[in-house]
Amino acid sequence: MQPANLLLLTIVCVLVAYGVGYARSRSLAMPLGGIRHLKSLPFYYGARAALWCGLPALFVLGLWVAFQGKVIQTLVIGSLPQEMIPGNEGEASLLLSKISNVASGALPPSFVEAPIVDASERLQALREQSRFYMSALVVSVAVLAGFLGWVRIRPKVNARVQVESILKWVFFACAALAILTTLGIIFSVAFETVRFFDKIPITEFIFGSQWSPQTAMRADQVASQGAFGMIPLFTGTLLISAIAMFVAVPVGLLSAIYLSEYANKKVRGVVKPLLEMLAGIPTVVYGFFAALTVAPFISDLAASIGIEASSQSALAAGGVMGIMIIPFVSSLSDDVINAVPQTLRDGSLALGATQSETMKKVIFPAALPGIMGGILLAVSRAIGETMIVVMAAGLAANLTANPLETVTTVTVQIVTLLTGDQEFDSAKTLAAFALGAMLFLSTLLLNVVALKIVRKYREQYD
Amino acid sequence: MTDQKTQAELVRRSLKVRYRKERRFRAYGILAIGIALSALIVLFADIIGKGYTGFTKTTITMDVEMDGEMMFLDDATDEQQLKMADFVEPLVQAMIKQIPGADEDDRDKVRGLLNPYASNELKNLLKANPDWLGETHTITVLAHTDVDVYVKHAGDAAYSIKLSDEQQRWVDGLLESGVVDTSFNDVFFSSGDSRDPSRAGILGAIVGSLLTMFVTLVLSFPIGVAAAIYLEEFAPQNKFTDFIEVNINNLAAVPSIIFGLLGLAVFINLFGMPRSVPVVGGLVLTLMTLPTIIISSRAAIKSVPPSIREAAEGIGASKMQVVLHHVLPLAMPGMLTGSIIGMAQALGETAPLLLIGMVAFIVDVPEGFLDSATVLPVQVFLWAGSPELAFIERASAAIMVLLAFLISMNALAVWLRKRLELRW
Repeated sequence: MQPANLLLLTIVCVLVAYGVGYARSRSLAMPLGGIRHLKSLPFYYGARAALWCGLPALFVLGLWVAFQGKVIQTLVIGSLPQEMIPGNEGEASLLLSKISNVASGALPPSFVEAPIVDASERLQALREQSRFYMSALVVSVAVLAGFLGWVRIRPKVNARVQVESILKWVFFACAALAILTTLGIIFSVAFETVRFFDKIPITEFIFGSQWSPQTAMRADQVASQGAFGMIPLFTGTLLISAIAMFVAVPVGLLSAIYLSEYANKKVRGVVKPLLEMLAGIPTVVYGFFAALTVAPFISDLAASIGIEASSQSALAAGGVMGIMIIPFVSSLSDDVINAVPQTLRDGSLALGATQSETMKKVIFPAALPGIMGGILLAVSRAIGETMIVVMAAGLAANLTANPLETVTTVTVQIVTLLTGDQEFDSAKTLAAFALGAMLFLSTLLLNVVALKIVRKYREQYD
Repeated sequence: MTDQKTQAELVRRSLKVRYRKERRFRAYGILAIGIALSALIVLFADIIGKGYTGFTKTTITMDVEMDGEMMFLDDATDEQQLKMADFVEPLVQAMIKQIPGADEDDRDKVRGLLNPYASNELKNLLKANPDWLGETHTITVLAHTDVDVYVKHAGDAAYSIKLSDEQQRWVDGLLESGVVDTSFNDVFFSSGDSRDPSRAGILGAIVGSLLTMFVTLVLSFPIGVAAAIYLEEFAPQNKFTDFIEVNINNLAAVPSIIFGLLGLAVFINLFGMPRSVPVVGGLVLTLMTLPTIIISSRAAIKSVPPSIREAAEGIGASKMQVVLHHVLPLAMPGMLTGSIIGMAQALGETAPLLLIGMVAFIVDVPEGFLDSATVLPVQVFLWAGSPELAFIERASAAIMVLLAFLISMNALAVWLRKRLELRW
């Protein structure tokens, strides 16, 4: 049975368990003289039976679905004749895709060696078996646990307390998923990063000024070993982020000031949602705009005044990224400016300062830490932004500060390294995870610092 | 005395400068807003200008004589014969008849005006109506992409016209006689991706997006709401709860591509799930949108006044009953609004999906959660990278469809907030 159908069947079982639990609690209550002699309402007896039935079954189903693929793969590889067992993960994944292609009929069996045909049959058989055992196990767990839950229905049992404590644990598990996700991120990038540093020394990665990850595909091929120095990537990322900030900070900040101090309610009501719209546009749309409109425009403009500009200049990507970040900066500064107590404002105005003087000399200094925090958050967004740079920035890792030249960024390289065809444990692939680790660490640091600043600042005026 | 007077004098004299500064400052603010809004307008104008032609297709309508001899076909119900028959010839002959001055020698040039798929259309027509064999019928087929580009962008320097001068003259004539015509591009909405721009559509991407969004919604909404309830109502004040909160806040700011790395390492490499399927895409987007949903749901729960809780507790409801029977229904509109905004974010997300392999070229419209699929933003990315301008036109059109989805989702959120959210 397919997992989806099995899920439906489990849900049916749960409903049945609820129904019989409900009925049993009522029928047990009847001879006692009505449901008021039950500890809990019949609903809770039914719900308890349903939880007993559903939770273990769903747990088993989830585990089985998560791990069956890997287990079957290992079994199939293990069943191959000795001389065909692949040496590394790359070969293994190639062989596996061949086997599964034969099994699915995409590749005619006559095209491949006999052991592979055997293996594909074995794969089919294992899949069948897995499906069968999974169905049997899940259904029997559901029925058995549901039956146990049903049998244990007694008028004296306080089903409500039990149901509520189970629910509470379920809620807790959902909240704890955030920790699990963070751990998943840390472990998934950390493992591969450590393996990467086995191949490439960490000093070369951090201090190297050359980035060209083309490694030889075959051992006998003449090709460069590949250079993995991340400095050009980080300077490229910083250059583009700096350009973005150069656009976003003045525009975002000034529009926030205008909207919070000068604009009347009507203007605010129209302009604010429009600005927010900029934040809702998908990044791929900005990338499209940057790559196909802004970048050619900039290179034409530069050519017309006699400067040479790359058609994938950092300026195009950075400028468009800046537009994307405007609402981010403006809404954060808006919050901060509005949090400055009105008394400061009134005091300054009463002394005869104009509105702009009040803004510049009183409110802005008071709001500065919060605004800095907001800008740091915006920087972390700019660093992690992917689609705009993938589409509008180039792949050439130049070490330059000229905004008209092509630079590449960390995120561009992650996408390029991981979307091509490659074996999983090559230095190239692992390098992407190492870059991801660096990206995660730097944005995490920025966020933690920024949140701390913002929070500290808020406490000042609370 | 005199000293004060001069001071007042000084202030009065500086007033002009100060007021000018004030006006300038105000102008900066207006300028900043102007820049931001004009960027928005330019963006929209650019995309609409590039893409509105993507919603039309160029077709050729003509009388085609389905001569059995010409097509090597004497029984249109015979599968074998249909496979071998020549469906190009009748179309080419019909075209030659329509073009004054064209004859047998120009057949290759005439054929260059027809879409390579046109013969297949004719075949399908004949298969559906076997009795048409030997008769003459007016049928409409797709024109070649080059014709499409010429008809739509003849004067545009950005587009390179691949038709020869002679072909251009023919198309001009055919346009006048109404044989070549443009109409609403239903192909764009009813087919999957294709290497041929005039046959490429977004149905596959839309279905892929819907499947992915379904998985995301089904997982992230209940989990997010449950987590929010736990954190707001049940969590004890301790280090562990703080740790959970710190984690959620940080996850909200983690770059989306990192979630792609997580999906690649955990779901694909560790669990051995297939690449480029909606289930894995949905799982990754769930992890990505959960923080947004949790944060907005918590805000919604917080906004339910304590009097409701106290009243429920006062008549003997348990803590869980208070939450599930009273707080949750009252907080639901806020939670829904937050989730819709989170889903809109997920719908526009591209980067993490690139890493889990949803960038493949997929022609078929996916039929289930485990079929290879792509999503709308990724389709835009794929087409935008194409050197062919006809694909750029499709990409812009696809962006417009994507933006239409996003705008209607956000409008729904605003409407829900206005309509259902209670003010206390």
